[in-house]
Amino acid sequence: MSIQTPNGFTLDNAGTRVVVDPVTRIEGHLRCEVNLDEHNVIRNAVSTGTMWRGLEVILKGRDPRDAWAFTERICGVCTGTHALTSVRAVEDALGIQIPENANTIRNIMQLTLQSHDHLVHFYHLHALDWVDVVSALKADPKATSVLAQSISAWPQSSPGWFRDVQNRLKRFVESGQLGPFMNGYWGNPAYKLPPEANLMAVAHYLEALDFQREIVKIHTVYGGKNPHPNWLVGGVPCAINLDDTGAVGAVNMERLNLVSSIIDRTIDFIDQVYLPDLLAIASFYKDWTFGGGLSSQSVMSYGDIPERANDNSAANQLLPRGAIINGNLQEVHDVDLSDPAQIQEFVAHSWYTYEDEQKGLHPWDGVTEPNFVLGPKTKGTKTNIQEIDEDAKYSWIKAPRWRGHAMEVGPLARWVIGYAKGMPEFKEPVEKVLTDLNLPVTALFSTLGRTAARGLEASWAVHKLRYFQDKLVANLKAGDSATANATKWDPSTWPKEARGVGTTEAPRGALGHWIVIKDGRIENYQAVVPTTWNGSPRDPAGNIGAFEAALLNTPLAVPDQPLEILRTLHSFDPCLACSTHVMSPDGEELTRVKVR
Amino acid sequence: MSEQTKILILGIGNVLWADEGFGVRAVEALAERYRFGPHVQLLDGGTQGIYLVDQVRWADVLVVFDAVDYGLPPGTLKRVEGAEVPRFMGAKKMSLHQTGFQEVLALADLLGDYPQHLLLIGVQPVELDDFGGSLRPPVKACIQPAIALALEFLAGFGIGWEVLEGHHERPLDLPDPALSLDAYESGRPSEVAAYRLGDPRVLAGVGGA
Repeated sequence: MSIQTPNGFTLDNAGTRVVVDPVTRIEGHLRCEVNLDEHNVIRNAVSTGTMWRGLEVILKGRDPRDAWAFTERICGVCTGTHALTSVRAVEDALGIQIPENANTIRNIMQLTLQSHDHLVHFYHLHALDWVDVVSALKADPKATSVLAQSISAWPQSSPGWFRDVQNRLKRFVESGQLGPFMNGYWGNPAYKLPPEANLMAVAHYLEALDFQREIVKIHTVYGGKNPHPNWLVGGVPCAINLDDTGAVGAVNMERLNLVSSIIDRTIDFIDQVYLPDLLAIASFYKDWTFGGGLSSQSVMSYGDIPERANDNSAANQLLPRGAIINGNLQEVHDVDLSDPAQIQEFVAHSWYTYEDEQKGLHPWDGVTEPNFVLGPKTKGTKTNIQEIDEDAKYSWIKAPRWRGHAMEVGPLARWVIGYAKGMPEFKEPVEKVLTDLNLPVTALFSTLGRTAARGLEASWAVHKLRYFQDKLVANLKAGDSATANATKWDPSTWPKEARGVGTTEAPRGALGHWIVIKDGRIENYQAVVPTTWNGSPRDPAGNIGAFEAALLNTPLAVPDQPLEILRTLHSFDPCLACSTHVMSPDGEELTRVKVR
Repeated sequence: MSEQTKILILGIGNVLWADEGFGVRAVEALAERYRFGPHVQLLDGGTQGIYLVDQVRWADVLVVFDAVDYGLPPGTLKRVEGAEVPRFMGAKKMSLHQTGFQEVLALADLLGDYPQHLLLIGVQPVELDDFGGSLRPPVKACIQPAIALALEFLAGFGIGWEVLEGHHERPLDLPDPALSLDAYESGRPSEVAAYRLGDPRVLAGVGGA
């Protein structure tokens, strides 16, 4: 039966149902069901998931100053951004001002994460949706070298280097231990790159893996260690002493110079390897225009990377804040996270209970009462669902809405907002890419557009990293070495009750933590994470979320190889890494792939 | 083995998921009692997946503590060595980080820096599906025997150590003190206060708690 959603999509669940069901423990569980028409085009999409419902389960009653350490462990991918969001929420609640250096260093930490995460996502989590590894074995190393040198000045591009990579890959494949390349849909007709482009991408996959370790050293300098860097309510846990020559712990000139050289090399890698690869790969997929979903009509960003400390105005955020609705790029609305009328979470299609499920609740008033019931059209049982009934409750993810609208968040959302606001740092690179590829602006609203925005943002982030590192050094040399404000460290200085909200733009989108503090302890803690926005189920009005919208109208080249589904879901960089079971319509397991 | 043999002792897993925290807790306990020379690194790897490739490439000898599904009775400690390690870690996928770690080893291999010696010290978990919970007693009881196995292995490479008494400074690459085993366990909210009910799939193994 065909239905029209209020946010403008046509859903038809008449055709063959295909179930893609990753199972995971750590970052949550995402399952996806689609209906295919007789031409194997997706006409209905249902995204089912869990994000760990309610951090209050582990944080209630604990010291708010420790919350960051717990939130850092929620997930293995975006540790630092949860920690930063958490300390910002506590500071907002308690009215704590942070020193200028602390703001700068936090920006450096966050921009390092953006650069690193985007690079790793592109090469190690997403590229294999576009790059056929097995085809790379057929490439001519000489022709690969010619190709590589035609698109970039990156020095490592000799025929010998590509031959070496090909031999290593061959040995790896022949040993039968494909490892990260296991369970790919190699040879699927949806792969469009010639063997040489595939080999070039595989070589850069290895180079990026080798290089990424350099970037995270910045976290070790300012966060004390990596993985799991340290954070601090009131500033950063990082003493600075420019004249220091080797005393334990303090950041000195030698460490600052190390960071500086890492930034320079990261700029080179992103601008000479990542971006040229992105454009080269995109040039073979210009006809694959699917996956836009909500991006052309409803996108949102909380904004991040404050230029100055303690100024939360939209104008102070270098990554833009705002919301675009109904496809009207002429108007960017401001977003206020403490306004109870703006962000609300609905549960009509989520496995929770509210008193009135037609209404949404702001996170400060959030209620997390589970109610795992399945609709009458469900096939299977509660512990073995074969087909979900999306007319009823069907997800552990709540449905967050901004003034009632389902929103896409993430790099593409941020870049569409920057573009719509006419900010040159965003508008000019977008226009250059579109010109280089000879594409209209509408091409931005696609799976590929999402992937391209992430690449542009990686470059933006690493150049901003340069800016903030220089700003830090200049401020230190001017004699300001303060990194923390401890005046409200003691809970006796706190009000009896306080509430606050902290936000970041995580690599994968808008992240918010809402905290209620009572008698010095955490009373309530709610996190609305990027994948809650993008992976949300339907709301009471029937609006579909970003994943569901993006999958619609995409043709599958081979229906039991959901390469195109993974391609589009991965383009959101969803916060989950999981093994996937692909079920045939009768529920028999066909294939298992890894989704990261 | 020369003096310069580099040893990485890595604990992996998520401390927020009951026995999933075994690996991290074991390396934390090891650091509490023993101090090693500069060529031995103790690391809380959490669930970092491919971000651990660099540390693995650095190591000549890699010792991993982890919760592993061996198909053995809960609370059983088992050591696996050498070429068997990656196969074992991928045999039955219990959680994300295992798959991830098998991949870490494959990537280290692909980059040409595979450790020469590998030891996996794993425990069969009792309980994983308890968010915010800690190690179950039979698993906690495996920590000291697991450490003994690691020390025995290290002694085979001529590695020495110093036994620490009393309070001392916490090494850097371990969980923040707010997450240390004692603080983590004593600060846990009660079941009623935290409303730790719900998700039947998560609770399926708890016996309907």
